[in-house]
Amino acid sequence: MSASSNSGAFRIKGAGRHTPARTARFTFDGKTYTALEGDTVASALLAHGVHLLGRSFKYHRPRGILSAGPEEPNALLDVSRDASRRQPNVRATVQEVFDGAKIASQNRWPSLKHDIGAFNDLLSPFFAAGFYYKTFMWPKEAWHKLYEPIIRRAAGLGEAPKEGDTDHYASRYEHCDVLIAGAGVAGLTAALSAAATGAKVILVDEQPKVGGALHFDTSTEIDGKNGYDWAQATAAKLKAMPNVTVLNRTTVFGYYNHGFLGLVERVTDHLALPSKDLPRERLWQVRAKKVVLATGSIERHMVFANNDRPGIMLASAARTFLNHHGVAVGRAVAVYTAHDSAYEAAFDLKRAGIDVVAIVDNRKLPGEAVLTEARSLGLEVLLGHSVLDTAGRHRVSSITVARNGEKSGRKLKVDTLLVSAGWTPSVHLFSQSRGKLRFDAENDRFLPDIYAQDCISIGACNGTDDLSTLIGEALSAGAEMAGHKGADSIDAIAFAGSNLYEWTGGMIGAAEGAGPDTTVKAFVDFQHDVTAKDIRLAVREGMHSIEHIKRFTTNGMASDQGKLSNMHGLAIASEMLGRPIPQVGLTTFRAPYTPVTYGTLVGHSRGPLFDPARKTPMHDLEAAEGAEFEDVGNWKRAWYFPRRGEDMHAAVNRECRTVREVGGVFDASTLGKIEVVGPDAAAFLNLLYTNAWDTLKPGKSRYGIMTREDGFIYDDGVVGRLAEDRFHVTTTTGGAPRVLQHMEDYLQTEFPHLKVWLTSTTEQWAVIAVQGPQAREIIAPFVEGLDISNEAFSHMSVAECTVMGAPARLFRVSFTGEIGFEVNVPADFGPAVWSAIWERAQSLGACLYGTETMHVLRAEKGYLIVGQDTDGTVTPDDAGYGWAVSRKKTDFVGIRGLKRPDLVREGRKQLVGLLTKDPNEVLEEGGQIVADPNQPKPMTMLGHVTSSYWSENLGRSIAMALVASGRARMGETLYVPMKDKVIAVEVTDVVFVDKEGGRING
Amino acid sequence: MVDFGAEIATRTLPLSGAHGGSSVARLELAAPAERISLRVVAADVAALSAALGVDLPTRPKTSASANGRTALWLGPDEWLVIAEGTGDTGSALVEAASKAAVPHSATDVSHRNTAIIVSGPGAAAAINTGCPQDLSLAVFPVGACSRTNLGKVEIVLLRTADDAFRVEVWRSFSTYAFGLLAEGARDAAL
Amino acid sequence: MLLIHCPYCEEERSELEFRWAGEAHIARPDNISAISDEEFAEFFFLRNNEKGLTYERWRHIHGCGRFFNAARDTVSDKFLMTYKAGLPKQPIPAAAKAEAIAEEKTIETWEQTEGDAR
Repeated sequence: MSASSNSGAFRIKGAGRHTPARTARFTFDGKTYTALEGDTVASALLAHGVHLLGRSFKYHRPRGILSAGPEEPNALLDVSRDASRRQPNVRATVQEVFDGAKIASQNRWPSLKHDIGAFNDLLSPFFAAGFYYKTFMWPKEAWHKLYEPIIRRAAGLGEAPKEGDTDHYASRYEHCDVLIAGAGVAGLTAALSAAATGAKVILVDEQPKVGGALHFDTSTEIDGKNGYDWAQATAAKLKAMPNVTVLNRTTVFGYYNHGFLGLVERVTDHLALPSKDLPRERLWQVRAKKVVLATGSIERHMVFANNDRPGIMLASAARTFLNHHGVAVGRAVAVYTAHDSAYEAAFDLKRAGIDVVAIVDNRKLPGEAVLTEARSLGLEVLLGHSVLDTAGRHRVSSITVARNGEKSGRKLKVDTLLVSAGWTPSVHLFSQSRGKLRFDAENDRFLPDIYAQDCISIGACNGTDDLSTLIGEALSAGAEMAGHKGADSIDAIAFAGSNLYEWTGGMIGAAEGAGPDTTVKAFVDFQHDVTAKDIRLAVREGMHSIEHIKRFTTNGMASDQGKLSNMHGLAIASEMLGRPIPQVGLTTFRAPYTPVTYGTLVGHSRGPLFDPARKTPMHDLEAAEGAEFEDVGNWKRAWYFPRRGEDMHAAVNRECRTVREVGGVFDASTLGKIEVVGPDAAAFLNLLYTNAWDTLKPGKSRYGIMTREDGFIYDDGVVGRLAEDRFHVTTTTGGAPRVLQHMEDYLQTEFPHLKVWLTSTTEQWAVIAVQGPQAREIIAPFVEGLDISNEAFSHMSVAECTVMGAPARLFRVSFTGEIGFEVNVPADFGPAVWSAIWERAQSLGACLYGTETMHVLRAEKGYLIVGQDTDGTVTPDDAGYGWAVSRKKTDFVGIRGLKRPDLVREGRKQLVGLLTKDPNEVLEEGGQIVADPNQPKPMTMLGHVTSSYWSENLGRSIAMALVASGRARMGETLYVPMKDKVIAVEVTDVVFVDKEGGRING
Repeated sequence: MVDFGAEIATRTLPLSGAHGGSSVARLELAAPAERISLRVVAADVAALSAALGVDLPTRPKTSASANGRTALWLGPDEWLVIAEGTGDTGSALVEAASKAAVPHSATDVSHRNTAIIVSGPGAAAAINTGCPQDLSLAVFPVGACSRTNLGKVEIVLLRTADDAFRVEVWRSFSTYAFGLLAEGARDAAL
Repeated sequence: MLLIHCPYCEEERSELEFRWAGEAHIARPDNISAISDEEFAEFFFLRNNEKGLTYERWRHIHGCGRFFNAARDTVSDKFLMTYKAGLPKQPIPAAAKAEAIAEEKTIETWEQTEGDAR
């Protein structure tokens, strides 16, 4: 067996550009096939005569390969290397074959040839456009129980992978002077002239090899060479230039604002055994000063009855399969066209020894050159004829050809039908850049008109058909975009090109036999099974906007985004509406141009790089002590420290008890810290906090509340004054960044006259809180240069000192109601100081405690947590912190807001304590509070529970709540209705432990 | 006072033991350094330059080095000053700045930041994995510096040579930054 | 993704380094504690949210940290100019304005694309 027959019986000896000896084996639906290196899955299967590749979306009709490129709507397959590297809906015309690929058809059951869903095709009268919208409206309940599950099972293409993706994906930001999208004749030429100026150029092409249309077009010569060879030589020349990057297998999928483009580079999808280091795909985020769009054009199919059978494909696709892949798409081929270009497919096939049954041209007058050549090759050309219908179950077997205007005609036996309705310029990227299109009525196409960004369209996407004109246009565009205007810069590199035939013709809309008077299935959108009839129905049912027609029929809404169907759909709608195409308008082109994997968009943001996990300097030591951690923003905070056999409840109870009885050590490093320095530091803080700061003496600290301009609590924290001009401000853990932003905003834009500066020092300091009756005893041996006796260093003192040789800041501060210190040491010293303090604390019977215990202990004292007990609608007075609002200051942020009528009215919700009548009942946070649980629904709600815990120290539950007129309700019984019961509670003061507050000053 | 106080704390550096990088983009941890965030109005820059012994640059995106100290322009009134030395017993930079008799803020951030040195022909590409700035030599020459993004964290980037950068990052973000640079370094080698 | 010229860094940088900060040129009243409820509402709650040319604040938060002002066309997303905080509302250079207005005429509006469906 020769190599060529080995790689498929339809492989034509001497045709194509692949090397016969270099083969790759793959399976399709379990059967093994041999391909040649460079084959796409489509060309490899066609080489073996396989045309039936899938079932359609709605009617489950047999479908084959329509195109040879990224516009493919039909041939969507499931491609896998192994269970974790499997991707559905891969276009067979894009996916290159690699050795060992496992490929399967989709949307069929039990098998591709016998698909039960094909029953839908018989029911198709019921599945017309809008069917789903209209049918499943009633009864309402049936939607969830009946319709949706059935539709979900039946609908959708492909099956999403269930396992995690074991590939990785890369991402890169890049900048360039000129980005060129598309490396056909136009793009390559523009790249040459742009690169010659020394500009930094990125040339991007979606195919493995450059050349674009030169893949199939063998009748073009450039610079004295065959077009495809010129393209490869040019790419090699460009790649050798240091200022040029050529990206193959890369798609410009989005053209966004201000010269920003998204590119996806497919790195490994074509490799049999990719290195583990290689990303599967790489996302390029490019900022280009200028962009050259050389995106070419896409051939359209003809819209006629049963135009979707396997074996019916675009004429240019057949040329690609023959001229590039060396594959004949059939043995008996007919052509149905409205455009000269399809004639060349017939010529190429005929010369390759394939039987060309007929060229059916619905025009009376094709281009003279192609007609002459057809006749000289002895081809039968039927002018003014159309294909009215096709037959064949799994592949086209015959076509019915009739003179235009006649209802019946003769049958021709074929195994392949090539179609062409002409070419649609690929204006997708231009349109994404927000450029405006104009309609070229003479050629039935939209072309770039008004540019919104620094870009230029050249070549086929700009409607430039003539090769010499195109080369000239590309040469000057490249130079101009690189900043060099005028002929001088391009004369040196100019070259000539010629092609054998000039193309004319083209049509949009339904062809003969598929007009408004018919009910045939003439497909416009293959992937979504939208027919010409569906579009007409949409108009008849009242959809007059093209955007509505699109959504009603789903024309152009499949993953191919209507690359083939949009113009046909528009023409059919225009005819039905009786309005010219420019007035009907075009639907919006949106990114991505072709589907992009989630992997590419996610890039590096997986696993540990999904989001930064912020750990304190002592994190590892805490983990070694068995800490469980909780997420607070991006921080990992020690939550509780269970000992052997303890659950969370037991651990927290023990920690709570131990801190009040002996002492505890707590990692408070995540607390936000801002150093406020400058002669106007106190004046600035006076404006940002409700409290007065000029009265605070150096060496002392004070609890501060920050409100927004509207008077609601924004943040809180202890602020220590280290010197006249230096404050150490603390914020909540989660509030640190926004508080700094808030302060900077006021400082820079409202109070710029103040000489004060803000520096985030959150991470400069490791903070070890030591709380409890033994707190002083625990830290005393480590503190140097400071008398920390109660007399010398009373509650709310702050000082700089030395702790174990490290420069430290010591706060006498408490969030537990016990004697408390917060030892701040430079972060790298944190672990050593923590270990020493913990060792001593342990010897005295103290414990480590986490955030849960911290929450319980502060609730026992009624201390507020901003964001838990407040929600952005709570004033300092509501929270019981009215004392923290200075009455003497003439200005601070919030001073006016606090006087608003609603903020001073009677009956506002106030923070109070709640004690359940049953001490063992722990309320649920968020529980709603009512006065009368028996009132009819909806009940009048008085407020809600904000904090609720079991207090081991009190042997009962405690809670905090925001309750309307709460402070006037002390002793009142209120109710918290739950799903299965009503809980009675008594309104109390928020301080549950040590109401006199003596312990803190010990 | 008991004996405990005699014990001197040792430093635990962030990213200890981290390794990564590729043949084209090496990743190394910078030695501990002294750092201050320096803030002063334009009119008083000269006084601080004199006090610190390094001319604070006043053009955006530039840095200046002298006497073992490097000053990075971060904003019109903001510099990051990095100096050799550990500052374990207090900041010599804060001390030096305090000699300037003009209002200013010199805040010790030696332990807030840590630094990763990225070097090799693929250094810029590795950083561009997460950094949106143009790092070509023409736009970001040797000595250029900027606060910017690296993926989901903020960094201060300083180009120290044609093919070398210093990436300053807050310590709790350093694991993420190192991990992303390691992936970038691997990809830059391909 | 926008490209924004920072008037302090004197360079265009990626939007990623910036944070939008609301409408510009809304000064906090000096005598804020004395203003009426209506004046407070005007100052704090009410914003123009104009279509087309708007003056807005941005902060180069991951760059120089400065707040600054920008004139942007919310239809085309083009920046007409940026300038330092504290400067009064700047007139738009004629060239930039002409370009922005030319853009407006051709911009898609709901009325144009969907209006026919009524």
